[in-house]
Amino acid sequence: MTILVIAEHDNAQLKGATLNTIAAAAKLGGDVHVLVAGSGAKAAADQAAQAAGVAKVLLADGPALAEGLAENVAAQVLAIAGNYSHILFPATAAGKNVAPRVAAKLDVAQISDILSVESADTFTRPIYAGNAIATVQSADAVKVVTVRTTAFDPVAAQGGAAAVEALDAVADSGKSSFVGREVAKSDRPELAGATVVVSGGRGLGSAENFKILDPLADKLGAALGASRAAVDAGYAPNDWQVGQTGKIVAPQLYVAVGISGAIQHLAGMKDSKVIVAINKDAEAPIFGVADYGLVADLFQAVPELVQAL
Amino acid sequence: MKVLVPVKRVVDYNVKVRVKSDQSGVDIANVKMSMNPFDEIAVEEATRLKEKGVVTEVVAVSCGVAQCQETLRTAMAIGADRGALVQTDAELQPLAVAKLLKALVDKEQPQLVILGKQAIDDDANQTGQMLAALLDWPQATFASKVEVSGDTVTVTREVDGGLETVALKLPAIITTDLRLNEPRYVTLPNIMKAKKKTLDVVTPEDLGVDVAPRLKTLKVSEPPARSAGIMVPDVATLVDKLKNEAKVV
Repeated sequence: MTILVIAEHDNAQLKGATLNTIAAAAKLGGDVHVLVAGSGAKAAADQAAQAAGVAKVLLADGPALAEGLAENVAAQVLAIAGNYSHILFPATAAGKNVAPRVAAKLDVAQISDILSVESADTFTRPIYAGNAIATVQSADAVKVVTVRTTAFDPVAAQGGAAAVEALDAVADSGKSSFVGREVAKSDRPELAGATVVVSGGRGLGSAENFKILDPLADKLGAALGASRAAVDAGYAPNDWQVGQTGKIVAPQLYVAVGISGAIQHLAGMKDSKVIVAINKDAEAPIFGVADYGLVADLFQAVPELVQAL
Repeated sequence: MKVLVPVKRVVDYNVKVRVKSDQSGVDIANVKMSMNPFDEIAVEEATRLKEKGVVTEVVAVSCGVAQCQETLRTAMAIGADRGALVQTDAELQPLAVAKLLKALVDKEQPQLVILGKQAIDDDANQTGQMLAALLDWPQATFASKVEVSGDTVTVTREVDGGLETVALKLPAIITTDLRLNEPRYVTLPNIMKAKKKTLDVVTPEDLGVDVAPRLKTLKVSEPPARSAGIMVPDVATLVDKLKNEAKVV
């Protein structure tokens, strides 16, 4: 049994989500190979080779793979899929984009967003916004899986010494092309991997008021998040959204400020170790999951909290 | 240009579902059902493309039980011109739905298929990508902006860390994200008009598609409950608890 993990990277840097996915692969038992498909991605492949538990890194380097277009990356995975019993992707925007394309071409079901590995063919996954956990068994010859990264502790980034083997890169499909990218600049830790997250909701009232969370996030070394209501109202950028259809986070500490706690939001953060809620409505559902709840006006409580920390 | 919009009937997003005590699934008897929210966004986008004159016909399709006809009527009240239901009582998984949709695409020959990015019941986020693979068409998932010009569609996608824009050669597959548009409310006159629109019903057998589930659900259980928290009277107590009890700061 050999397992293939599809690396997430930006050619220069291997993304943390890859290490969590390797950890899920290690639970299956068997050799773990990592595919780095990119352009000028030798650096990312070298980092993957150092990750603990990796037996081999396959580097497919070609212009068609530069921007991670689904058509080309899926073709690259399919070129070597025959050698593997399991193909694992991180359940990130990039992984979710490509994995089902690979599964359909192989005529197998895909298992989305697994929370645990029960055995080589049985996995658990959340359904209905995390309100139920399904245990599913696959009878397919190849298991194509996406891994919820917050459910698996990352393997060590150092200590491995896998060989890097070059593969022939696929040609461009000619059906899609990359136009551009707008990356939100931030000095804060990445939301999905942060150990502390401070999130704001509709209660903040405006994009201007949202800045009240900055000093708190600075003090805690936290990433900033937001509820869908805050994102839709334009208080915070799209990629800050935490919830069923946004990012899934599981930090050590999650501070929810002015967030009521709709089930769609809870789906994205209820696996956090400690949850703190600050809301002036004592009836808000967020208090149902909070370890520590404070009923107060956030405009007073947040500056006070910054002072007290 | 013709657009195909697949829509799914799901438990309404406001309903908090309960797991059945025998762990065979969630209890959806007598629960309010609605159109999957992402599919509403897909129907709205197709309708807007039609209103701009880019699209000539919008066909809504659904796969599942007979009651999915209600979902199709809603799509037609938003603006779809006609509907098609692949009726079956069998459990449908994304791969099976993608195969049924491929059969419909082969029949209808649309230039564009717009789907929701995921259904809020199985949370799979697979069908659009699978359909693209089966048809060998390009895909743009998690769309927040769609522009059609000539034989190209330019789509802005929501990705981790920001936005990304790709250009696809038609025919193509798009899946919608939340911020693509705000679906309109259906009006009573449009609901009445939708009742007169054509709705074809076929079966998976008619389409020659095997819909047998590939994944076996062994059990469905409640997520682990969080232990009850406490309310703190003031910020000082909160900080004290975080430092000395939870030890997270």
